[in-house]
Amino acid sequence: MNFISHGMNHVEGGWPKDIDHENMEQTIRFRKKAGKNEAYISSILQLGSVMELCIRQNNAIDKYEQYFEDEEEEEENHNAPYAKTMNVLRDPHQVKRTVTSLSWSPDRGRKLAAAYSSVVFQQTSQLSTDSYIWDIEKPSIPEMVLKPPSPLVCLEYNPRVSYTLMGGCYNGQVAYWDTRRGCQTVAYSSVEHSHKDPVYKVIWLQSKTGTDAFSASTDGQVLWWDVRKLSEPTERLILDLSKEGNLGGALGGISLEFEITMPTKFMVGTEEGLIISCNRKAKTPAEKIVCTYDGHRGSVYAVQRNPFLPKNFLTVGDWCARIWSEDIKESSIINTKNGVSELMDACWSPVRPSVFFTVKMNGVLDIWDILFNQSDPTLSVKVCDGGLYSIRVEENGRLVACGSEKGEATLLEISSGLSVPQKNEKSLVAAMFERETKREKILMGRQREIRLKERCRSEQSREEEVVREDGEESPQELLARAEKDFYSMVEVELKRRRKGKDLIEEQVVSEDKQT
Amino acid sequence: FADVEETLKRIQSQKGVQGVIIVNSEGIPIKTTLDNTSTVQYAGLIQQLVLMARSTVRELDPQNDLTFLRVRSKKNEIMIAPDKDYFLIVIQNPSA
Repeated sequence: MNFISHGMNHVEGGWPKDIDHENMEQTIRFRKKAGKNEAYISSILQLGSVMELCIRQNNAIDKYEQYFEDEEEEEENHNAPYAKTMNVLRDPHQVKRTVTSLSWSPDRGRKLAAAYSSVVFQQTSQLSTDSYIWDIEKPSIPEMVLKPPSPLVCLEYNPRVSYTLMGGCYNGQVAYWDTRRGCQTVAYSSVEHSHKDPVYKVIWLQSKTGTDAFSASTDGQVLWWDVRKLSEPTERLILDLSKEGNLGGALGGISLEFEITMPTKFMVGTEEGLIISCNRKAKTPAEKIVCTYDGHRGSVYAVQRNPFLPKNFLTVGDWCARIWSEDIKESSIINTKNGVSELMDACWSPVRPSVFFTVKMNGVLDIWDILFNQSDPTLSVKVCDGGLYSIRVEENGRLVACGSEKGEATLLEISSGLSVPQKNEKSLVAAMFERETKREKILMGRQREIRLKERCRSEQSREEEVVREDGEESPQELLARAEKDFYSMVEVELKRRRKGKDLIEEQVVSEDKQT
Repeated sequence: FADVEETLKRIQSQKGVQGVIIVNSEGIPIKTTLDNTSTVQYAGLIQQLVLMARSTVRELDPQNDLTFLRVRSKKNEIMIAPDKDYFLIVIQNPSA
């Protein structure tokens, strides 16, 4: 018996012996016959339904989909936000003055300029007029001393030209320094043409020459200056809402706002609690004041537009901070609850659209993240015992300087959670502001409707009254009639009394006659 | 016979279905929508796969039996519904 072992190359199926698989006709005939088989039909029907289910499943959902295959691992920052005090720059003088204004130098914030003055009324006599520029690495001694003619209430580095500064003095003058030339002022404005009250805020403008600035003061004026010629202001605006340029009725400006992306507009926060939005390029002074926002119950200490969403701006005053939308004049779109002590200054974070900082009279620095929590600050840090008067955030958003009434400028470093922008933050904040703006609009609209209805109703009732009393007299006629009535009544009374007297006399006479 | 045609037509018309093959237990493709070469290839290869799968399932648990086999690849999915004497093969591209 022979055994052959060989492999099989299965190229074609196991056709029955009699059918030649090359032969098309035969294969087709075989197939047709197989197709008529009973078992075939029933089994294929059953298999078909099962198969259909699976096919449909596949079409409905991709079972094997890879979730999150494109996303990188996000660095979850679970740490609580913190603000670490790095340095405290103290006023070297014996008599401590309040740090009323701070300004970071524009070249990556290596230096901090601080303005020292006294905000207490009429206390300036013994105070030194010096203000300082500190190098933040050397907290023990200021790098440069600035000697203005009177204590500085505000001080600003020129964001374009990093060695020039502009300061506003307590006596209303503005002064200009060039740090390359030493600590004396290069120039200051003449007393006659300056403000008559302390200059509370000065801001550099964006101009080709880099020499323009403007200042605001509680004397009711906003003055524009060219530092090359400080003897006189180049332009003047009086914050008089009746648009008559009446200095007596003007509002006192206590904070200014200017955004480089909107060079023709600026805003002034006033002592009276109003925020005035102005247009610099208007033809007549009357048109310069565009509109007002009824802000706070007290002075508006700070006004700043959100650096990412310039249509919205932040104001602080009295005990709360408010966020406004330019279009809605009647009320703010977001306000914080009233705090325990007054808010003295505020600023937005330059890197995160939803973060802003406020400082209070009880020495607390609040950091608010409105995407995270709108009712409370995300972080509250008690910086010092006295009140905090000023705050400034450095360009990179990590360092914050705040000035206290005891002359200390404290430098804090903010945790990365609050200084690193998150994904989609700008669009989320923009959406939130949109939503709140819409809500305010709807509320305003409703109020207007109600007021209109009231007015219509009262007008209607008045018309009816007029119809009833026809021949209504004017006030003069009424007066004349009243006078006439009065005199006639007096006459009647007098006559009666006289008659009475006569009667009595007659009686007496007759009595006499009788007796 | 008509029902079978209807079923197959229905399957073929589903989204993403690239081909349908019916193979008998001897490996002979009875019905197909693909060309001859591919059909023969599929029939031969898949039959071996099904037999292997079935014997695996049976061996792990004699009471158990293979009901359905899906081979998912990068480009498509091959679904095999086995029966005593025949099996139905459908090639589908789900994302098409």
